Amino acid sequence: MDWNSLVANSFHAAFGVNAIAYAIAAIGLNIHFGYTGLLNFGQAGFLAVGAYGTAISIVHFDVPYFLAALIGMSMAVLLALLLGLPTLRLRADYLAVATIAAAEIVRLVIGSTVYARWTGGSSGFSGAFSNAFYNANPLPNETLHFGPVSVTPNRAWFMIVGWSLVAVIALLVWLLVRSPWGRILKGIREDEDAVRSLGKNVFARKMQALIIGGVIGSIAGIALVTGERAVLPNVFGTQLTFFFWTLLLLGGVARVLGPVLGAVILWLVFAVTESILRSGASAGWVPEALVSQSQIGLIRVMLVGLGLMLLMIFRPQGIVGDRRELAFDVR
Amino acid sequence: MAIGVVPRVARTLALVLAGLFVAVLAGAAFAPLAQASGSTESIRGTLEERTADDERIPVPGVRIAIEGEGFEGEGVTDENGDWLVELPGPGSYTAALDESTLPDEVVLRDAEDNPWSGEVRTGRSQVVRFNLGEGVARSASTLDRILERGSVGLRFGLLLALAAVGLSLIFGTTGLTNFAHAEQVTLGGLLGYTFAAGMGVPLVLAAVMVLIAGALFGWTQDAALWKPLRRRGTGIIPMMIVTIGLSLFARSVVQAFYGSSPRSFPHRSPVVDLGPTRLTVYDYVTMGVAAALLVAVAYVLLRTRWGKATRAVSDNPALAAASGINVDAVVRGVWTVGAALAALGGMFLGLSQQVSAQMGVNMLLLMFAAVVLGGLGTAFGAMAGALIVGVFIEVSTIVIPTEIKNVGALAILILILLVRPQGMLGRRERVG
Repeated sequence: MDWNSLVANSFHAAFGVNAIAYAIAAIGLNIHFGYTGLLNFGQAGFLAVGAYGTAISIVHFDVPYFLAALIGMSMAVLLALLLGLPTLRLRADYLAVATIAAAEIVRLVIGSTVYARWTGGSSGFSGAFSNAFYNANPLPNETLHFGPVSVTPNRAWFMIVGWSLVAVIALLVWLLVRSPWGRILKGIREDEDAVRSLGKNVFARKMQALIIGGVIGSIAGIALVTGERAVLPNVFGTQLTFFFWTLLLLGGVARVLGPVLGAVILWLVFAVTESILRSGASAGWVPEALVSQSQIGLIRVMLVGLGLMLLMIFRPQGIVGDRRELAFDVR
Repeated sequence: MAIGVVPRVARTLALVLAGLFVAVLAGAAFAPLAQASGSTESIRGTLEERTADDERIPVPGVRIAIEGEGFEGEGVTDENGDWLVELPGPGSYTAALDESTLPDEVVLRDAEDNPWSGEVRTGRSQVVRFNLGEGVARSASTLDRILERGSVGLRFGLLLALAAVGLSLIFGTTGLTNFAHAEQVTLGGLLGYTFAAGMGVPLVLAAVMVLIAGALFGWTQDAALWKPLRRRGTGIIPMMIVTIGLSLFARSVVQAFYGSSPRSFPHRSPVVDLGPTRLTVYDYVTMGVAAALLVAVAYVLLRTRWGKATRAVSDNPALAAASGINVDAVVRGVWTVGAALAALGGMFLGLSQQVSAQMGVNMLLLMFAAVVLGGLGTAFGAMAGALIVGVFIEVSTIVIPTEIKNVGALAILILILLVRPQGMLGRRERVG
């Protein structure tokens, strides 16, 4: 086995673009599900509107990057309102179906040729929209080396900004959930009627939670497309949402650092599996066909599916979670 | 439950916002006219033959004559069916499709589309669409188009009902929203393809084999996974998440075996000309079988002891158990029958469209839409809902582009959850 490439791949997987974006998205999902008990199966939709709001503002209207990101985030507020007003009073499993349908509507519409003039259709946008972000890179223009790991300046710049963002968002969430507002959210999760009988406006609190978690999701979407330097509609399928669910349940629900831990571990598992399969293929005990790019993608889905089932059956609280804080009653 | 607390204003606002959704869809109908690319003016389009089951086949070698502003030009479609004529400047032009250059079996769907005439604005690449269909010339009357689309929708609706009945029955008896139900449809489609196309088994026998394989799959699934989970007292929501995991896992395994590209059954049957409709013999046979099976399910539910037991469990599992009904046996039966019907639905759908590892998950949300529209947990609701969703999707393609036709059904799903979450035939208290 090639240990150097294993270390390098693991580093980039565990701390790279995907881990950052997935961690942020799952922090948003944690506000929905972990703290408020909302079964949001449409988080990918929030990422999509964030990403497309930003990219469209830059490509079609020449808006500065930062302002465009704010526009993307306000799109998530709109989506949360649109989604929350009709569905927040529904029972948990109905909410799940409604949110998954809404996210699919978003994906189908942005990927269709009907609006291709604005969205680029199924081919989306290329990386030019993110130039402003990388032009702001203050790092010296040379590749950094740490042992077997090498990081290009653009990647290093993204990782620094990305992880700072994760830290700031996690801190904000920590402050929010230990505030009186956060205690009401947990109260809603535990017993909605009890909170209502105390004179709290449950619907408004749920809506605020949906909006905040959705905006955090849109930040994840912006981070994902900025890091990947491409915006493609099919990235935002329902599968993406379930990846977030898996890593959230893996790390631990209703813990501030649960989603971050989950994202790092999930991508570490992906990288290590891939390395093992690849070295197996070159050693001859794994069929070559198994390690093609599309098959690697399939193996990831397989792992996630299996992981989701096993976690849910044997350890729903994940690594750092608390079983008593799981909001799994149908209301 | 929470309705009393939600201010009336919020509900009104919600309705307005939902209306916006519909407005977006309506906008989609006119959006293609506004597409533009390039800096000089041109007229372009893509000629595709749309068959009755929505396959699109490019039509090459067709001539389109452009005239206007003192300019005359001609475009010929390439192998992708694309054509483009560059113009000297903005102005009003006409585009006439030379029908004699169309292949014999391809005709214009709407005679009034040809010739097209209109304005080309500065810097615009104007898209002109000629809708092509196969077979005899069709009159352009809206009624005929509705009938034609409606017949396709009816076929899809019947097969959707066949696939969705199990979803609804399982929800009714166990309360479980089964996301992995889609994989049972996929399994049926791919097994049917393997039997009939790969191994050369006659179609009727292949259908029976698919039915049996589906039943075995459902039985095994309940025996190995769901019954133990129910015994452990696993909650409904964790079980729902387990179904999601199972769905992802099963789909990727199936895709690893079959690859990701869709396949078509090699079997072809003649088209039956009945008014404006263009369904094939196989379509009518599958529709007939689906309808017969649905009637059989209805008969079993209404007239037999087992059906009565099923309805009792749907109503109140604890009371049913207390009155001596073997709840586990009923649930096992529902899983077996539901999975078998879904598998057969998958094979029938594959016969008229294509089979792929994604075919089930592509229609999962339509199944949900059908089941929610009809009323979750009610078998008859699922049937009625599926028929409505199927016909609605197809008829809506008269006004909205085919590629986003499913968006309409999903919007209905959300609207139904908004105004009548218990569906058409459901009862209020199920919603909580």
